[in-house]
Amino acid sequence: MEIVMSILAGILFTTGIYNLLQKQMLRIVIGTALISHGAHLFILTMGQLKTGAPPVLEDGISNYTDPLPQALILTSIVISFGVTSLLLVLAYRTSKVNGTDNMDKLRGNEDDE
Amino acid sequence: MSNLAVLPIVIPLIAGVIVALFPKKRKAARIFSQILTIISTLVAAWVLYYVQQNGTVILEAGNWSAPYGIVLVADLLSMTLVLTTNIIALACVFYAPKSLSEKQEAFYFYTFYFLLISGVSGAFITGDLFNLFVFFEVLLMASYGLIVLGGERIQLRESMKYVLINLFSSMLFVTTIAFLYSVVGTVNMAQIAERIGEVEQTGILTTIGILLFFVFGTKAALFPLYYWLPKPYITPNPVVSALFGALLTKVGIYSLLRVFSLIFVHNRDITHEFFVWVAALTLIFGAIGALSTNNIKMVIAYNIIPAVGFMLLGIGVYNATGFTGTIYYLVNDMFIKAALFLLAGAIAYLVGTSDLRKMRGLLHQYPLLGWMFFIAALVLAGIPPFSGFIGKLVLLQGAVEADHIVVAIIGLGSSLLILLSVIRIFVRGFWGEKDETIIADKKAARGFAWPIAFLLFFTVLLGVGAEWFYPSIESIGDYLMNPDEYIQSVLKE
Repeated sequence: MEIVMSILAGILFTTGIYNLLQKQMLRIVIGTALISHGAHLFILTMGQLKTGAPPVLEDGISNYTDPLPQALILTSIVISFGVTSLLLVLAYRTSKVNGTDNMDKLRGNEDDE
Repeated sequence: MSNLAVLPIVIPLIAGVIVALFPKKRKAARIFSQILTIISTLVAAWVLYYVQQNGTVILEAGNWSAPYGIVLVADLLSMTLVLTTNIIALACVFYAPKSLSEKQEAFYFYTFYFLLISGVSGAFITGDLFNLFVFFEVLLMASYGLIVLGGERIQLRESMKYVLINLFSSMLFVTTIAFLYSVVGTVNMAQIAERIGEVEQTGILTTIGILLFFVFGTKAALFPLYYWLPKPYITPNPVVSALFGALLTKVGIYSLLRVFSLIFVHNRDITHEFFVWVAALTLIFGAIGALSTNNIKMVIAYNIIPAVGFMLLGIGVYNATGFTGTIYYLVNDMFIKAALFLLAGAIAYLVGTSDLRKMRGLLHQYPLLGWMFFIAALVLAGIPPFSGFIGKLVLLQGAVEADHIVVAIIGLGSSLLILLSVIRIFVRGFWGEKDETIIADKKAARGFAWPIAFLLFFTVLLGVGAEWFYPSIESIGDYLMNPDEYIQSVLKE
């Protein structure tokens, strides 16, 4: 099972990085979202996917899944939510103010030389 | 008394939350922030004194013993850096009212500022790898807010790139922690170090070490990964540039210092040898970059890169002398980068341009700023009796002791180029005939001068009074060479 999940995370990373290297701003934002999905899936996989009950204490169950990676993922998810929402607003403002959403055209050199 | 370790994180955090409640009352917010920063500096100084007298302070959050809960480790190294951070913050908070626009101040500048300080202090103090990631995000989020505050065209353009590169490297950090967790089964730094010591750092662990190096190298702007740094650093307000230039890359270097003196130390032929050459390339490319531009802010921003290279060199040579030099240089460089960014900001504000070709003879109008810039340039290049000299001397001595003579020579050569790049600003901008079109604004210049003089005082003190500081910094160097001490004080065996 870990093999399948690792390959899936790999695919998420590849597509994410492909999108990150595009010119259009929205594609880049989608790329970052895909990469964070890949990273989160990766934490879950690396904590090993043994079958067990959800980590909630109940009578008569002795075999639980590892609770630590789930806590790490939860933290990481809200952080990347925060950053992604900031990035979306930033992309909106940048494209509005600069009049383009093409990263190639956002080079400009008015401050040096 | 172990609660002392959390104070440098909690005081700015609470202050940031409180100051968010009255953003429109600018005067009150200003005075409140200044007082709170003074308090937090005094507290940091006191904690440093306490640690020096009584040894490392370990705080186990919520009374969960070491590998299970989060630990905060206030040792001599982290508290020295926290105190340095607070002193720089103090200078910046007194400089801020002069350079910020009314709008920037009203739109939560002080909140972001306090959260940045809190995140940086937290990253210095934490003893847990995932917690380090969280504090990285705290300081990065605050820095996103600061960099875009004002919403100018150029700010928006550059902050987009800054946010993207940092988001990517954060995700890489999370992935690396996942790898490390799957191999050693813990995220507590002391326990990771202990377990890696037991299995003698197999190939996969070295790979993870290199991955971590890429993560922190991106934050710290090392050779192939520095391309994002110069432009975003010069676009925001000078105060923000000073905070970034002094603190953010140094957090990356501190993390490298911690991780590669504590955790990944068993396979040094691959990791540390590699760092020495990365450091050499960082030195060369940073110095060339600093010479390539006529924008004074850009010159200062590029000068961050060779300084980071010097510090990496000290980590790479891996001996007590190298570590001592790295820490001395690190503290000195935090002060001097903040002072230089504030100076460049003041000059650009008073002259109305940061283009070196459009300014001349400023020494006639602003003698105080001019001579302060001259001293700052000498400190940066490492001329005795200033503090840059001692840091570089000890660092290069460490490099020679480890038989890295070529890299030591590259270090010396790049120091020359650094001197050339900053003294060029002094010669072209401050010397020459009086420019009659500039009407001196003495009052503004005085306002800018005080915080800068305050920072320069520390760089001179660290150089002239080296005998007072050197012994304790040398003891940090020895401490870093001996990771067992850290592990035992955290895990209490």
